Amino acid sequence: MSAALLQTQGLCKSFGALEVARSIDFRLDAGARHALIGPNGAGKTTFVNLLTGVLAPSSGRVLLDGADVTRLAQAKRVKRGIARTFQINQLFRGLTVLENVCLAVAERLGAGGAMWRPAGRRADVIAEAARLIELLRLGDDAGRRIDELPYGRQRLVEIAIALGLEPRLLLLDEPAAGIPSAESHILLEAIGALPRGIAVLIIEHDMDLVFRFAEHITVMVSGAIYAAGTPAQIAANRDVRAVYLGGALDA
Amino acid sequence: MSLSAAAQEYATRHRLRAWEALPWAAGLAVFLLFPNHLAFGTQVLITILFALSLDLVLGYAGIVTLGHAAFFGAGAYTVGMLAAHGGWSEPLSGLAAAALVAGVLGLASGWIVLRTHGLTLLMLTLCTMVLLEQAANMGAAWTGGFDGMPGLEFRPLLGRFEFDVLYFRTQYLYALAVLLAGFLLVRVLVHSSFGRSLTGIRENSLRMHAIGAPVRARQVLAYAISAALAGVAGGLFTQANGFVNLAVLGLDRAAGVLIILILGGYGRLYGAFVGALVYLLLEHTLSKAYPTAWQLGLGLTLVLVALYARNGILGLAAGLRRRRGAR
Repeated sequence: MSAALLQTQGLCKSFGALEVARSIDFRLDAGARHALIGPNGAGKTTFVNLLTGVLAPSSGRVLLDGADVTRLAQAKRVKRGIARTFQINQLFRGLTVLENVCLAVAERLGAGGAMWRPAGRRADVIAEAARLIELLRLGDDAGRRIDELPYGRQRLVEIAIALGLEPRLLLLDEPAAGIPSAESHILLEAIGALPRGIAVLIIEHDMDLVFRFAEHITVMVSGAIYAAGTPAQIAANRDVRAVYLGGALDA
Repeated sequence: MSLSAAAQEYATRHRLRAWEALPWAAGLAVFLLFPNHLAFGTQVLITILFALSLDLVLGYAGIVTLGHAAFFGAGAYTVGMLAAHGGWSEPLSGLAAAALVAGVLGLASGWIVLRTHGLTLLMLTLCTMVLLEQAANMGAAWTGGFDGMPGLEFRPLLGRFEFDVLYFRTQYLYALAVLLAGFLLVRVLVHSSFGRSLTGIRENSLRMHAIGAPVRARQVLAYAISAALAGVAGGLFTQANGFVNLAVLGLDRAAGVLIILILGGYGRLYGAFVGALVYLLLEHTLSKAYPTAWQLGLGLTLVLVALYARNGILGLAAGLRRRRGAR
């Protein structure tokens, strides 16, 4: 078996007496299509925060390419190829769509700290941002401010920003939440069209999306991994159906 | 707006527009038309430079500070003390020293206080300034204490142009030239990728972390550059007036520059120009007309701005222009 792209060993996090991550052993290979599901409050977002360095674990380790990144700051992990989207939009609301994506691309290309050259002269940054905006079919909104856009369009900007970082591992925290069904196909296509080189970990409640997209599924309950396997195995797992899936798959 | 139009706008936004020559033409026109008001004009120019330095941190980087006069004062006292005790009265190198001292102070204090944000940050910037003010008050042997240092003399500018204590002709042109240099610096910075990333930090620092930007390092750097620029403004103040006292370090000055920037419109470069001019003109005319109650007029103006022009005078103008364009 090849080395894992991402691995966690005995990852724990508690806030006082509240254990939100309990000894999580998790593994993700390069190019994986992995879904993380579970009821609300299961600790899925906390897990993503531990992976990205927003939170420091109480104990346990996070390994990227076999190297320990447990103590590495968030920005440094981004440089090593971990990008994420947020469950609730975290965008530059007063800036245009183009400016939003340019900021991410400029950071990835190492231009973000350049003090003398006008940002407008970085044709490479602008071209790459424009490509991503086209990809997510945001072209007509490129010059509009985020706070003038409908929420669903904003979700697509989240993805464009994450892709602008050219990650090896992309963490999508409920990407479809808040997108009207008429527009969700753009999102699905965008996620489906991600290069196979990018490993994707998706947190999602939309089981249609999860079972269409994922090749592996991990179920979390109360801060611990409850079950893991292929979509077929998870769908057949009676316990999982009882705690989480309910009747969702019977339809 | 289509993608290509947006990209075109983004790619050309940093270019100088023809109208941007106007403030400087106006500055020269004042020199020729109002030779008796150049002392006031010099104060306006110095205040614009100070407000511009604040715009870089407040308007662009979103760092709310109540203590920016700390750096203005540091520059003012650096120039004053060098002239009074070291016999270092050459103006340009004096400004360089002011920039250096204020910049290092900004770097050191920014390193500490920018770990916090919101109200805590506001209080800590205020504390920094008050500490400095008390140091200037107590170190009387060096700073002149409460009385400050009056009667400072400076060598002629570039070895040729004497400072003119009566009509401020040299001071005015000197301040105008330094302001132009400072403005060009800030303009280049805010249109650079660094400047754009400061705007990103202002809009959403959480997201800025998540795209891999060294957020605090950028903030500290912007804070130090801004401090150095405020120090230059302070140094100019001492050189132009020939004195320095505790008023350069007080809360009055720190709050005043904040009000000026809000009045003019922050995050717009030219807000500092409009704000400083309007504020000082109001102060100047009102204090002559109503010596006892002039602050009332200033207060009412601020109430009006807070109610009807949240983005300052320039923000109001931009809003009106947009509305007319939409019609």
